[in-house]
Amino acid sequence: MGVEIQVNDLSKSFGKQLIWGDVTLTVPAGEICVMLGPSGTGKSVFLKTLIGLLKPDKGSIVIEGTDIASCSERELYEIRKLFGVLFQDGAMFGSMNLYDNVAFPLREHTRKSESEVRDIVMEKMDLVGLLGAEDKLPGEISGGMRKRAGLARALVLDPEIVLFDEPDSGLDPVRTAFLNQLIVDLNAQIDATFLIVTHDINTARTVPDNIGLLYHRHLAMFGPREQLLSSEEPVVRQFLNAQRVGPIGMSEEKDADELAAEAGQELPPLPPIPLQLDPSNGVPRRSQRPAGEWCRENGVTPPPGSFESSNAGLAPGA
Amino acid sequence: MTSRALAPIGTAGNLFAFALDVGRGLFRRPFQLREFIQQAWFIASVTIVPTALVAIPFGAVIALQVGGLIKQFGAQSFTGSASVLAVIQQAAPIGTALLIAGAGGSAIAADLGARKIREELDAMMVLGIDPIQRLVVPRVLACMLVAFFLNGMVSVVGVAGGYVFNVVLQDGTPGAYLASFTALAQLPDLWVGLVKALVFGLIAAIVASYKGMNAEGGPKGVGDAVNESVVITFLLLFVANFVLSMIYLQVVPPKGG
Repeated sequence: MGVEIQVNDLSKSFGKQLIWGDVTLTVPAGEICVMLGPSGTGKSVFLKTLIGLLKPDKGSIVIEGTDIASCSERELYEIRKLFGVLFQDGAMFGSMNLYDNVAFPLREHTRKSESEVRDIVMEKMDLVGLLGAEDKLPGEISGGMRKRAGLARALVLDPEIVLFDEPDSGLDPVRTAFLNQLIVDLNAQIDATFLIVTHDINTARTVPDNIGLLYHRHLAMFGPREQLLSSEEPVVRQFLNAQRVGPIGMSEEKDADELAAEAGQELPPLPPIPLQLDPSNGVPRRSQRPAGEWCRENGVTPPPGSFESSNAGLAPGA
Repeated sequence: MTSRALAPIGTAGNLFAFALDVGRGLFRRPFQLREFIQQAWFIASVTIVPTALVAIPFGAVIALQVGGLIKQFGAQSFTGSASVLAVIQQAAPIGTALLIAGAGGSAIAADLGARKIREELDAMMVLGIDPIQRLVVPRVLACMLVAFFLNGMVSVVGVAGGYVFNVVLQDGTPGAYLASFTALAQLPDLWVGLVKALVFGLIAAIVASYKGMNAEGGPKGVGDAVNESVVITFLLLFVANFVLSMIYLQVVPPKGG
């Protein structure tokens, strides 16, 4: 289960402004990846390009042998049936109640009877903890509920790839923690490929198998979680540890003067790497690697205190 | 500089491409019957009353104007015929179009624009459903259907209004008014009015859908889209009306001419 996404040399610009260029990465089948980046670096644009809502200027996105960047509209609609996408605000259809929203893809794409539809919808609603709210309209529920409802709708066609556009934006820390656990449990259950776009560091540090970082119109780094969390590369280090010292400035990258002023400053030591979030039944996911394996294999010494607790190096309470 | 000067041409091209997409969507199955009926009902419900209310003074003004003019020529017995011609050929389709664009089109643009900025349209595409086939085609057909029937209603109400004003205010004789109906007017005049209404409904729905689906930049973008769609529709409608009238007058010779 799960499908690999191969992204090759992808570039996208709006008018003359380059959003990002030469992005090459492979999202491995069945694994959870997180795409990070400062605000305004085109993370959502990247996501929309992956599902063919935006056409890249060059490069290819190959999924099961089809190149999304150049295939026909018909093929695109066909390949999209592999996808489930959770949009930022859930993107529920405002005129339908939650039940009809979740049932919508089933009614449009399958010839299931209404009772079969009901069984599937109820199963997914149960999965995201929304049983009892089927008759509510999207306007009547909180942002967190809308997100979960959006997730239920994204899952209803049993997707091979699930994309999350900022699942944690606008949610309180507790709900974010629950949602993260839900994401990990879902991955354990359906083995689909997950790609999460976010700038929440707690999510990025504990949830994924792989992390990518978009910065300054290119992909700064993409690799296993432990590689990025133990990386000394200035941009990666600054972002993943939420520091002010480093190449990323308030508006965009810092200018030469600011960087020169920082030259003498000593960087704080890398915080310990937390344990990865386990599924709630305690059985490791199929794509999950043992803690510290990547560091051992690649001869990298993780920061002291790593892999000892699940909230090392996180904001308090997370 | 050139790119900014040429921008309107690009927009016109995009609008035309969108219209072709809609044309292609017309023949794609399954046809969204439910959406079509809902939309037709909705558009009818927001346009019927205002259209009827506009039609009465519209017919009256034409009757007064034409009646006054014709009196000066000393051809009172043709008043009925002249106002029927004016109402059926011009006033009815134009009045219909104004209301279809103003009430129906603005509602369509607002609805689709709101869906666009809430990412509902993206979500729909990602769920493997083409919004043009699912949402736009039923709206376009509904608009055309409602325009067709509204045109009939405006014709009847307009002619009746003209009759009342001619007989009551201008001392016309009811018999002469009715009897002259067929003196100048002919059946093709009715057809051209209906064809115009269909074309205007088509234009109004396509412009409104295009503008709504391309709304950008949050709630203000939706407002702009509605505004632009109404203005552009009006412009296009009057041009289309001119062209259709010209073609008609060339193709069908006036009676007794």
